[in-house]
Amino acid sequence: MSDSFAVMIIVATIASGIRLATPFLLASLGEALGQRSGVLNLGVDGVMLLGAFGAYYTVLQSNNLYYGLLVGIAIGLLIGVFYAFITLNLQAEQGVSGIGIYLFGLGMSDLLFQKFVGTPRPILPFMPLDIPVLSGLPVVGEMLFQHSIIVYIAFGLVPVMSFVLYRTTYGLNIRAIGENPEAADSLGVSVMATRYSAIIIGNGLAGLAGAALAIELGIFQQNLTNAMGFIAIALVYFGAWSPKGVMIGSLVFGLVQAIVLQCKTFGVIPRSASDLAAMAPAIITILALVVVAKRFKQPSALTKPYVRGG
Amino acid sequence: MTALLISFFSYRFHVKTTKTKSFIGLIIPLCAVLLALAIGAIMLLSLGANPISGYATMFGAAFGSVEGFSETAVKSIPLLLVGVGICIAFRANVINIGGEGQMVMGALLATAIALAFPDIPSLLLIPMVLLAGAVGGAFWGAIAGALKAYFNVSEILSTIMLNIVAVQFMNFLLRGPMIDPAEIARGTGIPQTMRLTENADLPILIEGMRMHLGVVVALFVAVAAYILLWRTAMGFRLRSVGYNPHASRYAGISVPKNVTSALAFSGAMAGIAGAILVFGSESHRMVTDGGSTGFTGSAGFNGIVVALLAGLHPLWSIPSALLFGGMLVGANALQRAAQVPSALIIALNGLIVVFVVSSEYFKQRTLQAGRVEQEEDDDE
Repeated sequence: MSDSFAVMIIVATIASGIRLATPFLLASLGEALGQRSGVLNLGVDGVMLLGAFGAYYTVLQSNNLYYGLLVGIAIGLLIGVFYAFITLNLQAEQGVSGIGIYLFGLGMSDLLFQKFVGTPRPILPFMPLDIPVLSGLPVVGEMLFQHSIIVYIAFGLVPVMSFVLYRTTYGLNIRAIGENPEAADSLGVSVMATRYSAIIIGNGLAGLAGAALAIELGIFQQNLTNAMGFIAIALVYFGAWSPKGVMIGSLVFGLVQAIVLQCKTFGVIPRSASDLAAMAPAIITILALVVVAKRFKQPSALTKPYVRGG
Repeated sequence: MTALLISFFSYRFHVKTTKTKSFIGLIIPLCAVLLALAIGAIMLLSLGANPISGYATMFGAAFGSVEGFSETAVKSIPLLLVGVGICIAFRANVINIGGEGQMVMGALLATAIALAFPDIPSLLLIPMVLLAGAVGGAFWGAIAGALKAYFNVSEILSTIMLNIVAVQFMNFLLRGPMIDPAEIARGTGIPQTMRLTENADLPILIEGMRMHLGVVVALFVAVAAYILLWRTAMGFRLRSVGYNPHASRYAGISVPKNVTSALAFSGAMAGIAGAILVFGSESHRMVTDGGSTGFTGSAGFNGIVVALLAGLHPLWSIPSALLFGGMLVGANALQRAAQVPSALIIALNGLIVVFVVSSEYFKQRTLQAGRVEQEEDDDE
């Protein structure tokens, strides 16, 4: 095997790792935002499934991938409004109601798919978006700059979110109400409005993550995400609630998946062993949770509903 | 039962409420279910099915005949067992989202036992495989429990991760070491074991019906869980830790130990459910489809719905499980009769969870506003 062939494979693996990391990144950025404001959303997987179906169906009908992305976001925003209402206004227990949202998304996306599509028909994914000069670079260009637009959006959101969280008043408010809503409230920050916005945006990102997944795979099927949304939640802990940490976590997950896939195609490991390898991300996460629980503190008000004077 | 639901949520919300017995506590969650069913009716309508005849078909299929009821009872088994486990965990203030993984691990260990000792007579082998199921599930639950108790890792996250690990481990075993040799020979490669030994088949209770021994086991476990929680010192410790960990520590009750055992008990019950799913199935083998809910059919999650509606009471979980088991059977009938995909029921279950959890708010408010007469309740 020549060296250039090996380089080619490594480049292809890293590129596919970045692609695979994208839905995780979008979903966990959204989850991180919500958790920073003190609200846990376990329904990410369900929102992703509905966003994925919405995007897939829209593209099937309109042949426009951008409409698909928009529909995915819109579905996420809608569920966000609903979730914010039940967890903030009705103070529903967050761990359990999130599972309700998950089950709803799991069943509903399957129901709609069977009723309106039936047999899976593929859709064309986004063409890679070449960036002048950068894409032409050897090795690096192929690795980093020949991706679809969703990948650039997702990774572009990381600095944006860091900026918003750490350099704007809005971000300060979010972090404050996640730590001490009483204190923030006494200073005139609306806990309700800030949490509403964080949850709605967070769910919108989850919807976008689902849309990105469906468009990337070019297909929809029952339980398309296969618990990806749950991993996205874990990544938030993995990344210790910072956008940068979440990005690193998503990349690790994407790369592990890409390596497993690559090994499978080359028959380096048998199919059954690749199932064993697929356990790795979850086990890594459990170990990371142990470390995170020791070193980092989760937002103090996480899962606690805020009642004035309560 | 009512008081329990209220007191449970007051632990979680840290709201100070006196235990109050009132029928409002029963009516409001039921209204939440009815609201979810009403939305289900709208969904049926928009799918082109008549909601009234749709629901009639469902409930007719599930409860209208002895055969139907027998099928419903069988479908209710895993829901009841997981639900009872959830009751125990939630009472100790531990949220167990890991029913899925615990079912899988229980089923795998039980299947391994049946594969290893096919010649042991039924009378011994059946208790053995059920026990193996309990051990497998308990082990998987205890991991999450120990992580919470000793490393401060949220059980919500660890159980979710352990679900993923268990499913992948099952996929590995059922595609590799435990696969039916016939699947390899035929080249179809469906991830399933061979037909397991007849000695482990759960005996059918009524000739010609689906109802098997698993129903009795599930009912027995539900009663046992009730006795455990309210008639033993162990159960008292579990509930005490759930109600007030600080006070419990002062009283000399080990919080970490009880958190771990709550998840172990909860996992054991899910594990038994997994074993029954294998040995009570019509194909008498362990089979999956490679997906995250391929083996369990989401029973590990649906059990949460059962427990919530039952107010976290093991005995009330029995009718609750029958209701949801009936919905599963009815959904299949509806699919045949009106071409409405049975996935509808998973979506409906999700709505029921959301509505029942949210209805707590209205219950608290009604109780406060009405100043319902408060009376001492002996917690049953």
